[in-house]
Amino acid sequence: MTSANFATPSDSNTPKSNAKVGLSALGIALAMLGLGYASVPLYRMFCQVTGLNGTTQRVDAAQANAVAITDKQMSIRFDANTAPGLAWDFRPERATETVTIGARDMATFLAKNNSNRPITGTATFNVTPVQAGIYFTKVQCFCFTEQTLQPGEEVRMPVLFYVDPAIIDDPDTADIEQITLSYTFYESTKG
Amino acid sequence: MATTATPETLPVHDDAHDLHSHADHKPPFFQRWFMSTNHKDIGTLYLIFAIFAGVIGGAVSGIMRAELAAPGIQYLSWWTSFLGGNGANFDETLHLWNVLISAHGLIMVFFMVMPAVIGGFGNWFVPLMIGAPDMAFPRMNNISFWLTFFAFISLMTSAFMPGGTGMGAGTGWTVYAPLSTSGSPGPAVDFAIFSLHLAGAASIMGAINFITTIFNMRAPGMTLHKMPLFVWSVLVTAFLLLLALPVLAAAITMLLTDRNFGTTFFDPAGGGDPILYQHLFWFFGHPEVYIMILPGFGIVSQIVSTFSKKPVFGYLGMAYAMVAIGVVGFIVWAHHMYTVGLSVNEKMYFTAATMVIAVPTGIKIFSWIATMWGGSLEFKSPMWWALGFIFLFTVGGVTGVVLANGGIDDNLHDTYYVVAHFHYVLSLGAVTALFAGWWYWFPKMFGKMHSEFLAKLQFVFFFVGVNTLFFPMHFLGMQGMPRRYPDYTPAFELWNKVATDGYMIMSVSMLIFFVNVIYSLVAGKKAAPNYWGEGATTLEWTLSSPPPFHQFETLPVIDDKAAH
Repeated sequence: MTSANFATPSDSNTPKSNAKVGLSALGIALAMLGLGYASVPLYRMFCQVTGLNGTTQRVDAAQANAVAITDKQMSIRFDANTAPGLAWDFRPERATETVTIGARDMATFLAKNNSNRPITGTATFNVTPVQAGIYFTKVQCFCFTEQTLQPGEEVRMPVLFYVDPAIIDDPDTADIEQITLSYTFYESTKG
Repeated sequence: MATTATPETLPVHDDAHDLHSHADHKPPFFQRWFMSTNHKDIGTLYLIFAIFAGVIGGAVSGIMRAELAAPGIQYLSWWTSFLGGNGANFDETLHLWNVLISAHGLIMVFFMVMPAVIGGFGNWFVPLMIGAPDMAFPRMNNISFWLTFFAFISLMTSAFMPGGTGMGAGTGWTVYAPLSTSGSPGPAVDFAIFSLHLAGAASIMGAINFITTIFNMRAPGMTLHKMPLFVWSVLVTAFLLLLALPVLAAAITMLLTDRNFGTTFFDPAGGGDPILYQHLFWFFGHPEVYIMILPGFGIVSQIVSTFSKKPVFGYLGMAYAMVAIGVVGFIVWAHHMYTVGLSVNEKMYFTAATMVIAVPTGIKIFSWIATMWGGSLEFKSPMWWALGFIFLFTVGGVTGVVLANGGIDDNLHDTYYVVAHFHYVLSLGAVTALFAGWWYWFPKMFGKMHSEFLAKLQFVFFFVGVNTLFFPMHFLGMQGMPRRYPDYTPAFELWNKVATDGYMIMSVSMLIFFVNVIYSLVAGKKAAPNYWGEGATTLEWTLSSPPPFHQFETLPVIDDKAAH
């Protein structure tokens, strides 16, 4: 297979053996395979940093305290969904709320386990319009952890959030009047 | 290219004189065709395979066009029962539609165009054109072919496996999650994914083979900048394969583990994101469309030059335009997914980057025209096909510039306008280039002259047929007809009927193709070494038709400073 077996004049013509070039090419292919897998954590990081796909931001209480409160108002709509087959009732306490941009607000979601077994759920979330994701900031959220509901148990789950005042200055988001915060509960696959 | 081949490379085998001349000693049938390590035999195997797969993929589209000729569901129920499903179940009937569109896309991309242009013409003519005795890794070449073959078997098998709603994998050629994960239980999609794994591995091995061959085994004096443009096109294509296919392999392996082993790469329930699959798929998928068209560019360059009896205008510009298309092709993938919720800035970037591709592509179109300008033109059948390619590909390129706009795409996404666009560049562009190459090299490969009349008649039917078939799809798309549905509102009936008529005209051209192939092989005149005359200057024309089983045992020396 290697050029040494054939000793054609083309070999003397080129400095590298076929095996060397072939293995380098294989190395490139393997590197791209690795990059394919590396894209999973890279993509997650990219979404968190840029708010891509309406990924919301997360801060601690100290950072939240430093935010200036404006005199502008924003309507927030709350949306609650469950994955097919998850026997939970899940709904927001109020469908919409009007908040002051920069001020912290607490919204409450209600969840009830209608089945006769304990179910652990985990919620995914995003906001629309998706450009608002980078400015929608959560201080506390039930979605940060898994929730376990006993049969028939009903819980109230709070979300503490604010809308970053920078949303007013961004030309992509300046005309937004309402942000929808959406949750979908899935039965946790991690058990 | 004016080349000087040493006399030994010219046809020397004289069977009466030397019954077992080494150059033409062929192994027995089974060993020759099933254990082949000869680049020309493997190329022939790829071409036969591609024609076979193309007939199946084309027949699938025939079922689809028949169904779409009129609104309502006409034939799908019958086909569902015929293929072993329950035609009375309407969901199963609609599932068959999804299976058909998936099969048509996968077969035409992975088992027709790629094996034909890269495996077939690439294997046949890259070593001949650079003056090499064979590929760098002949046995790996054999593995590539048989992996592609078994990949096809795996895909065909999937059609008869449960795929959730009915038999077969109904995920589209894109295999998007979550339809391909939680939406399609049953082994059908696993078989389809496995098929992509095998075909991908085969192509990666083929790419490694081509890169090594082209870098290491060029004849003395054949510098990179003297290589024929077809070899350049295969070199760029090989790099695209090498960089793009492993990403697809990673993505579909994640699909496979999501489906079978409880991972959640693309499942939001476990913190994954189905949009990530789309990014990974199109990071592969966009270079993939250039993988299919670049060798066609190379073929057309050879033909236009041959029948203009001039070197290609702007040789270096042509070569590096292909490199530029390959490079930019990797940074435009999200224009396939404008509607997933990209921000305005991301859309602006991908719109601008996508439009940039029109520049090197335009260089190629204008250089082909400039090659013909002032040339001593001769309109033999390959030139008809090549001119058809230039026209059809330009139409597809123009609608591509329209679709590149993120704002316009919001309206046209997943409509028949997109279907029209990519069939103009692939079904009409790549396939027209395939037929151009076929009739350009057919006598060289098989030693028998074809009928010029039939090859031109085939072109006329093909050209009229495909334009009648696909041009109305622009109108349907602009009117809002969505892709991937077997039924539509009666408002769309007229142009769908016209498209189906176009399919029938096109299928006549396929009949003429087979008649011509059989006629040539049975009754064709023996082909001379250089049957196209003075315009055909690359190294394959210095050899007999067909070339000896082993060629260039003494390497040709390229001493012409103005080669190409």
